Amino acid sequence: MAEMAKTTRTTQADPVTGAEASAFIELDGVEKVFDVRKKTGFLKRERRQVRAVDGLSFTVSRGEMVGYIGPNGAGKSTTIKMLTGILTPSGGRLRVAGIDPSRERTRLAHRIGVVFGQRTTLWWDLPLIDSYRLMHRMYRIPDARYRENLDRCVELLQLAELLDVPVRQLSLGQRMRGDIAAALLHDPEVLYLDEPTIGLDVVSKAKVRGFLRDLNAECGTTVLLTTHDLQDIEQLCSRVMVIDHGRLMYDGALDGLHEAGESERTLVVDLERELPPIDAPEPARVVRVEGPRQWLAFPASASAAGLVARIAAEYPLVDLSVREPDIESVIAKMYAERAGA
Amino acid sequence: MAEATERTEATEVTGAEARRGRVVEGVRAYGLIAGMWIRSTMAYRTSFALTTFGNFAMTALDFVAILLMFSRVDALGGWPLPEVAFLYGMSAVSFGLADLAIGSMERLGRRVRDGTLDTLLVRPVPVLAQVAADRFGLRRLGRVVQGLLVLGYALAVVDVDWTAARLLLVPVALLSGAGIFCAVFVAAAAFQFVAQDASEVSNAFTYGGTTMLQYPPAVFALDLVRGATFVVPLAFVNWLPASFVLGRPYPLDLPGWVAFTPPLVAAACCALAGLAWRAGLRSYRSTGS
Repeated sequence: MAEMAKTTRTTQADPVTGAEASAFIELDGVEKVFDVRKKTGFLKRERRQVRAVDGLSFTVSRGEMVGYIGPNGAGKSTTIKMLTGILTPSGGRLRVAGIDPSRERTRLAHRIGVVFGQRTTLWWDLPLIDSYRLMHRMYRIPDARYRENLDRCVELLQLAELLDVPVRQLSLGQRMRGDIAAALLHDPEVLYLDEPTIGLDVVSKAKVRGFLRDLNAECGTTVLLTTHDLQDIEQLCSRVMVIDHGRLMYDGALDGLHEAGESERTLVVDLERELPPIDAPEPARVVRVEGPRQWLAFPASASAAGLVARIAAEYPLVDLSVREPDIESVIAKMYAERAGA
Repeated sequence: MAEATERTEATEVTGAEARRGRVVEGVRAYGLIAGMWIRSTMAYRTSFALTTFGNFAMTALDFVAILLMFSRVDALGGWPLPEVAFLYGMSAVSFGLADLAIGSMERLGRRVRDGTLDTLLVRPVPVLAQVAADRFGLRRLGRVVQGLLVLGYALAVVDVDWTAARLLLVPVALLSGAGIFCAVFVAAAAFQFVAQDASEVSNAFTYGGTTMLQYPPAVFALDLVRGATFVVPLAFVNWLPASFVLGRPYPLDLPGWVAFTPPLVAAACCALAGLAWRAGLRSYRSTGS
């Protein structure tokens, strides 16, 4: 499996030597096996082993920004939990900044920041600023450093008006920004984000992405983020890792992933009236017609502008929308290809 | 060979130091978190006063029930009202202190279920301290105050020849009792790592335990008293020390010196509870449940 991952890498730098020189996160054949017990009758239980992570090997260098994607249940969160020391691996070797996370969890905690998209690390019933004050003392952050970091986060994440609001009253986007600030007050060398943009509106997503990009560029913080949103990866990550069934399916640039998955975007157009299928320029093609509405598929790597302009010029256009390829279908395609090859 | 032994010794010392360091870290973190909750509670003083009074009134009803019983009888299991009030006071204060300190632990099961326990595991301080101090509720002082009032009344009216040993045993037993109840809270929470819906089971031992201890051992079946002595040693919270102070016969015909063992029992219970906690946390981290 590791060999396969290596061959699919498309980055120019030699992944092996480049990584070993400054490997910050190292995984070598990491496994996580869960015992799942299922009731099959009165007092009868069936035990089944689930391999959530199955021989995962990769390295991440200091300062890299890596997207970690895969369908639900692929093992993304399990990997993050092992990297943070929450879960103990069943096998393999795992190091973050030279530390074995599961053995020295609290020592590692000073050097990492974690944001869980689905649950907050903030104290739910207390004003945001109380959580920050507590982090200050808990992580023993020097006063000057704390004030500097807090001021920067408050400014860039626009938290000034939220500091005195109890966390439970914050909107999802506000809370996410609050959580990201909390994870950065102690100057972590690596930031893990588990679905940081899930459920956020467009404006909030843009704010979060912009902040992460600046953080990585200015502070050199290593960022590893899991997501369902390909745009997160597109706008942030030079490198993407795809995991499925606990195995690394792909490790390289995002463009390569689109090629590997032959992913397509969909342009949905509403015309004034029912018309025969639009005569679209190659490689776009009509895939579905339903009354005045038509669906056109085109490669994800191509721009939609030309296609839209052409249709607007030649057809009585009422409305249109572009649908991004969802990661699940890209990976499903990739997976099917792998199986066939 | 000698070198090897030396090295092992050296690592053992660092191991012990690390353990001590962890305890210090835990206490510090507990103080930080509890302090934050107290400050936040104090921001709304009226609300704090009302909830504390509510807590006081609720627990006071417990004692009213006992008073009502004594309007019909002169003694329960051979113990007159002042002596039952003494039992009640000791149980209520011990439990109240433990409940005040780490009563939030019973919510652990919910944290395991909804996954918020993970957020505690990525912080650089012991999880036990974080869970124990979470939502530190100063309003629970209401229960402690109510217990102290009843205990004060009992001390004033019981017919006891106060020797130094008797006088000293009261505060020692109160603190030891709080320690024993704390151990029960922690052990019950550790159990919730395995069975996340078990907070009712834990309530049976904590809230149920303190209610049981409000009555003399003589009113309970012998097996229950045995269980409360040798299995979950709640008898050491007040039954045994109170029997010594009041000069009552010991339950189960235990020897007289056991009345002075509560500190040891409390220490042993806390050690066992600590081990149970570590086992529970380890199983969580390997299964993720």
